[in-house]
Amino acid sequence: MSEITADELMTVSAARELTDRTVCFVGIGLPSTAANLARLTRAPRTVLVYESGTIGSKPANLPLSIGDGELAETADSVVPVTEIFNYWLQGGRIDVGFLGAAQIDRFANLNSTVIGDYERPKVRLPGGGGAPEIASMAGQVIVIIRQSTRSFVERLDFRSSVGFGDGRGDRERLDMPGQGPMVVITDLGVLRPDPETKELTMTQVHPGVSAEDAQEATGWDLRIAEDLTETEPPGEEELEELRRLKATVEEVEA
Amino acid sequence: MAEVVALTEAIGDLVNDGDSVAMEGFTHLIPFAAGHEVIRQRKRDLTLIRMTPDLIYDQLIGMGCASKMIFSWGGNPGVGSLHRLRDAVEHDWPEPLELEEHSHAGMANRYAAGASNLPFAVMRGYVGTELAERSSSTIATIECPFSGEKLTALPAIRPDVGIVHAQRADREGNVQLWGIIGVQKEIALASERSLVTVEEVVDELEPRPGAIVLPTWALTAVAEAPRGAHPSYAHDYYDRDNGFYQRWDKISRDRDSFREWMAENVG
Repeated sequence: MSEITADELMTVSAARELTDRTVCFVGIGLPSTAANLARLTRAPRTVLVYESGTIGSKPANLPLSIGDGELAETADSVVPVTEIFNYWLQGGRIDVGFLGAAQIDRFANLNSTVIGDYERPKVRLPGGGGAPEIASMAGQVIVIIRQSTRSFVERLDFRSSVGFGDGRGDRERLDMPGQGPMVVITDLGVLRPDPETKELTMTQVHPGVSAEDAQEATGWDLRIAEDLTETEPPGEEELEELRRLKATVEEVEA
Repeated sequence: MAEVVALTEAIGDLVNDGDSVAMEGFTHLIPFAAGHEVIRQRKRDLTLIRMTPDLIYDQLIGMGCASKMIFSWGGNPGVGSLHRLRDAVEHDWPEPLELEEHSHAGMANRYAAGASNLPFAVMRGYVGTELAERSSSTIATIECPFSGEKLTALPAIRPDVGIVHAQRADREGNVQLWGIIGVQKEIALASERSLVTVEEVVDELEPRPGAIVLPTWALTAVAEAPRGAHPSYAHDYYDRDNGFYQRWDKISRDRDSFREWMAENVG
């Protein structure tokens, strides 16, 4: 098997965060890949909820959009979009929300709206979509984002969704039902919020990545855990399944 | 009673310059054929409303049909940017586009309030985000009159015209749809005038598990438009053309290749 890429390590690490029977609210892209990988390997009873209204989807192929027909065909239930957000997310029935973003700050607040000024942006990004309420209401949040000084910034250009706000106690002040981002998975390793300050701390690096590499890819003075660990490389089953899944999307491109 | 009419006639009658128009379909059942007819009839100054603008609004914006957009997620799903939307926002091409930006949950609730004849929707949401500041004329904090709890209020959306696609209708104009039903019902009922395009008009609607029916007396017009959702899809009729969504990235990246493609394929 060919060498493991940083993106594969990121996806596998995210999948490992899911325990069996977890109810996951999934966005498209890396989150969907990671959640499906978990379902097809270590956590077969993971429940996937897509914002298009499909509950308990079990796709064999990786969907390109959150509304591909296969998600509806393999679902336990298909409900209106109003219901998915009101009864299921706001109703407190989602354990884990998976989010990506273009920028993240030290308190895991996310920007998926604009780079530059809002009125005259350098890059107009797609926008928040389902993220603002997922970030607030899911039991906890897993963030997946590639780590670089462009994405790990001292100050977000726009706060699309809230992690820990300006630090400890902010989620409580804002009356947010969920615990917030308990883990951030990157192509370099894993960060978790400090239990006291809520500031993201690098707790784990992928094989071949040093603490210095992680600091260099971060736009603020990064906290590194004293007991920094290394990611266990993917097992053969994880990697095979991941590559099979990825191939189901790439076939479309061909 | 909805009239069953030709698509050209339906768009000509229902959509006026300056109208607010919602063409919905959450990935599934996006009314592309109707959107293309709006482009061909050169409608202008529209306020386009849609949770996920998708390729259809990218095309309408690039062809100069819109002056404002109300939305919650403006990307090409699984692929990347909507380049025509970006060009309008970043460079005012072909003309400036005013944005009113919300979250998915907010948009869905605003539609439901519109369908329910309520002036506003209430939810938990937007707290701590900059969306609440940017769209402050349409996002407000209210207090629950019973518990005193702070909640978020959003004005109802009542478009002048709501357009959705569905699988089929009978000759009376009763519409049946199934699969991912998104916000189709909410938009049809929230809008002043509504148009449903369908894959086919049949003699009788056979019951199907999970299907909903929009009764003819709740709609304004129904028009037959086979493959009218392509490159989106109609469940049990044809699949989403994922390859086209990927090709659109290249077609739409450049102004000239976009205009050329539109001239050749839409007219």
